[in-house]
Amino acid sequence: MTFINYASREINCKIVYYGPGLGGKTTNLQYVYDKTAPNAKGKMISLATETDRTLFFDFLPLELGSVRGFKTRFHLYTVPGQVFYDASRKLILKGVDGIIFVADSQSERMDANIESVSNLEQNLKLQGYDLMKIPYALQLNKRDLPNVLTVEDMKKELVRKGEPVLEAVASTGIGVFDTLKAVAKQVLIELKKG
Amino acid sequence: MTAPDMIMYEDEYQRIKVVIARLRTESNAKLVFLVDKNGQQIAAHGELENFDATSLASLTAGNVAATDGLANLIGEKEFSILFHEGERDNIHISIVAQRVILVVIFDARSSLGLVRLRVKKASLELTEVFEKIVKKISSEKEAGTLDDSPFAEITDEDIDSLFSE
Repeated sequence: MTFINYASREINCKIVYYGPGLGGKTTNLQYVYDKTAPNAKGKMISLATETDRTLFFDFLPLELGSVRGFKTRFHLYTVPGQVFYDASRKLILKGVDGIIFVADSQSERMDANIESVSNLEQNLKLQGYDLMKIPYALQLNKRDLPNVLTVEDMKKELVRKGEPVLEAVASTGIGVFDTLKAVAKQVLIELKKG
Repeated sequence: MTAPDMIMYEDEYQRIKVVIARLRTESNAKLVFLVDKNGQQIAAHGELENFDATSLASLTAGNVAATDGLANLIGEKEFSILFHEGERDNIHISIVAQRVILVVIFDARSSLGLVRLRVKKASLELTEVFEKIVKKISSEKEAGTLDDSPFAEITDEDIDSLFSE
């Protein structure tokens, strides 16, 4: 739910990184944070456990620049990926404008990916959204690991609607900004449609 | 579904600013701010330089969302007021018009009683403003004038230029 402020001439959009536990959602956010100029970002907040597992969410405010005289701000959130944090995941999807699904390319994590995508579909429905209509991109993360499935195999199981599919190695930054752009563009195009 | 759910207009923004500035003075608070339930900051007044307003907004919304979840679990509709007491500063959080969060940060120069009293009054005024905004958005939607928004004319180049670096 984009928030347009005519008084301060700002648009605020919310993008959520979704996916199975240990898939690299927080790593995506951390890379964006590390590579963004200090004046274009706010503080990154991580509500994590002592072992650095996301407990509630990570949050990073990002300022992209101006469109038609309006400052464009993206608020990036991650959800906790572990299955038992479902209640928290539902909360974070509230008011979402775009979603990035971070899939783990390792073959042994494919079941977790599939489960997480259908969990996303369900939770979106609960909030009154439809995955088929919301700005969405699929990131195949950890492409540098030896035991990965082929892109084709992953697409077969995970693609829902012809969304952009991007290969990534979030730990070194490959594909991180491309994925973000792919979704941010869709969000802005939705804005245009009004 | 993807139409903007929240639009802030100049007139209403000015009214909101007046209300929260007065709330801040009358309750002797350090900072008063308004956030929508999705974590977007709407307006703030007070010692802004001492606080990270964007982080405050997002964490407050997360806090309220989690508390709403707790309320549902025990069969309550919502907990309309949250209060966090610290050694020096305290945070009073309340829900206005079911969709906006009003946050007051105060220290020993004020008191919980005073803050509650003033928040109550300000909430009524803010509710009025937000009802007006909702009406305005829906009437613009009906009249189709929402299409006059500057974004109707966004070009692909505009979007690309955001990512040019």
